[in-house]
Amino acid sequence: MTFWERWRIPIMLAPTMAIVIILFGGALYYGFLQSLGWQPRIGNTELSLDAYNNILFAGPQTEQFWRGLVLTLWVSFASTFLSAVLAIGSALLLRQTFVGKRVATFLFQFNLPIPHVVAAIGILFLFSQSGLISRGLAQIGVIGAPNQFPIVVRDSLGIGIILSFVWKEAPFLGVIVLAVLQSLGEDYEDLARSLGANRWQRFRYVILPLILPGLLSGSVIVFAFTFGSFEVPAILGVRFPRMLSVTTDRFFRDPDLNSRTEGMAISMIIAVIVLVLVFVYQWLSRRAIRQE
Amino acid sequence: MATTQNLERTTSMQDAPVITEAKSPLAGVLRYAAIGLILLFLLLPLLTFLINAFAFRWFYPQFFPKELSLQAWDNIFAPNFKVGEALWNSTLIAVVVTWVSIIIGIPAARALGMYKFRYKRVVEFFILAPIIVPGISISLGLNINFIRWGLSGTIPGVMLVHLIPVMPYVVLTLSGVFANYNADFEDQARTLGAGPIATFRYVTFPAIFPGIMVASLFAFLVSWSQYILTFLIGGGQVITMPVLLFSTVPGGRNPNIAALSLVFIGPAILILILTSRFLSGKSAIGGFGQI
Repeated sequence: MTFWERWRIPIMLAPTMAIVIILFGGALYYGFLQSLGWQPRIGNTELSLDAYNNILFAGPQTEQFWRGLVLTLWVSFASTFLSAVLAIGSALLLRQTFVGKRVATFLFQFNLPIPHVVAAIGILFLFSQSGLISRGLAQIGVIGAPNQFPIVVRDSLGIGIILSFVWKEAPFLGVIVLAVLQSLGEDYEDLARSLGANRWQRFRYVILPLILPGLLSGSVIVFAFTFGSFEVPAILGVRFPRMLSVTTDRFFRDPDLNSRTEGMAISMIIAVIVLVLVFVYQWLSRRAIRQE
Repeated sequence: MATTQNLERTTSMQDAPVITEAKSPLAGVLRYAAIGLILLFLLLPLLTFLINAFAFRWFYPQFFPKELSLQAWDNIFAPNFKVGEALWNSTLIAVVVTWVSIIIGIPAARALGMYKFRYKRVVEFFILAPIIVPGISISLGLNINFIRWGLSGTIPGVMLVHLIPVMPYVVLTLSGVFANYNADFEDQARTLGAGPIATFRYVTFPAIFPGIMVASLFAFLVSWSQYILTFLIGGGQVITMPVLLFSTVPGGRNPNIAALSLVFIGPAILILILTSRFLSGKSAIGGFGQI
C-alpha cells in the first residue's frame, strides 16, 4: 500500500475535522471549564460545581432556571408538534393536482430562506395589539381599540414565539413530507384503495408510516433548534419567565463574574439536553430499523 | 476502492386496478380554502413589512395607510445608520465562508460519500454535531479563546466561527452527491493522460457542480442569517445585517425596522430563486433547518 492509499482518508478529512475539533470541540470544552468556575483572567483556576448547584437546587436563580426550562420545553414541544401537523396537512393538499399548484407550492416554500430575526419581527407586526390583524378586526367592528385585542406577542405563555417558529418550521417540514410523498407516487394508495381502504385508513396505515421517518428526523432537528434558539425569544419574550437561551445571554453579560459562570452552566445544560435527545432518537430509530 | 451506490427503483404497482372516488365540487372548494388559509398565515407577515416600510402616519385602525412615503428608506440609507457597512460586512463574510467551506468540504464529503473506513460513524457524528448544539452554547464557550487569540471583534474571527454551523450542511449535501458519483470516469481521464488538476477541472467538478451550487446556497444563507455567533464573537464591533437589525428592534421605529428587514431578506430570496433549479430531492432541503 502506498503512502497515499494509506493516508488519503485522514488527509481528506483533516481540514473539516480541524474546524470541528478545534472550534466546536474547543467551544464545548472551554464552556464546560468555565461553567466550573474556571476564570484565568481573574486568577480563578479552582474548579467546582457551585454554579450548577446554584441554578438547579439552592440559589437565587433556581426559580428563574426551572420556570425557564418549563417555558423552553413547552415552546419547543408546541412549535414542533404544530409545525408537524401543519406540514402533513399542507403536503397532503399540495401533492394533489389542481389549478395553481405550481404557484401555491412556490409560495409555500417562500419563507424558507427568511431568517428567524425577520420571522419574529413579522409576527410582531401581524399579531401585536396595534398589528395588522387587530386593525383588520377593528375595521369590521369586532374590536374597538388596540387594548381589546388579546396579548399574543410578548406574552408569558410564549404564544408569539411559538407562532414565529411554526411560521418558519411548518414549510421546512412540509417540504420534507412533500418530497417523500412525491417520490412514492400514488401506487401504494391505489393498492390500498383497491383493497377497500377508506380515506382515513389510507392515511393512517399507508401514508403515515411512509412519511414518519423523514418527518421524525425533521422534527428532532426542529425541536433541537427551537430549544436553543436565541433571536425569536429575545425579540418576542417577556422578562419572566425567560427562555433558557435568553437567560444564558443575560447572565453572560452581567457585570458580576459569578453570573457569568452560571450562564455558562445553563448553556452547557442546554447543549447536553439537545445532544441527549438526538442520541436517544438515533438509538431508538436504529433499533426500530433492526427490528423490521 | 470506489463504490457506487445504485438506488434500486421501488417496484411500481401499475397493474393494480384503479378505482377513482367521486369528487364533489365541495371538496375542491374546501381544498382551495384550506390552501388559502395556510398561505395567508405564511404570507401575511411578509405583507406587513411592505406596508410598514412605505407607511406614513399609519393611524390605528387603518388597515392600509392613507399616506405613503419613502422616509424610512431615506432614514436607513443615511450614513449614520451604517447599512452600507453592514451589507458589505455580511456579503464579505458570507462569500468567504462559502468559498472556504466548499474547498475544505469537498475532500471530506468525498471521503464520507465514496469510501468505507473505520470510525466512519464517529467521524460523521462529529461533523454533524454542530447542527444540534445551539449557537449560544458554542459562542459563549469560544469567547474566551477568541479574546486570547486576538480574533474577538475581528472579521476573520467571525468568518472562522461561521464555519462551525456551515460545515455540517456543506459536507452533508456534498457527501450525498459523492455517494451517487461514479469515479471510473476519473480513471479513464487519467488513462488518457489528464493530470490531477485537469481531471478535477474537466471530470469531477462538472459532475458535482449541482451539489456545489446547493451547498453554496446553504453556506451563504446560514452565514448571512447568523446573529448570535456574530454578535458574541464580533463583540458588537463587526456590524452585519442581522446585528444591525437586531439592535434596531428595541425602540426603533416600525418603518425603519421594516425597510431594514426588506434589505436583509432581499439577497436571501434572490439567491434562492437563482439557485432554485438545483434544489430538488429531500437531501437538498436539510439546510433550511437552521436559517
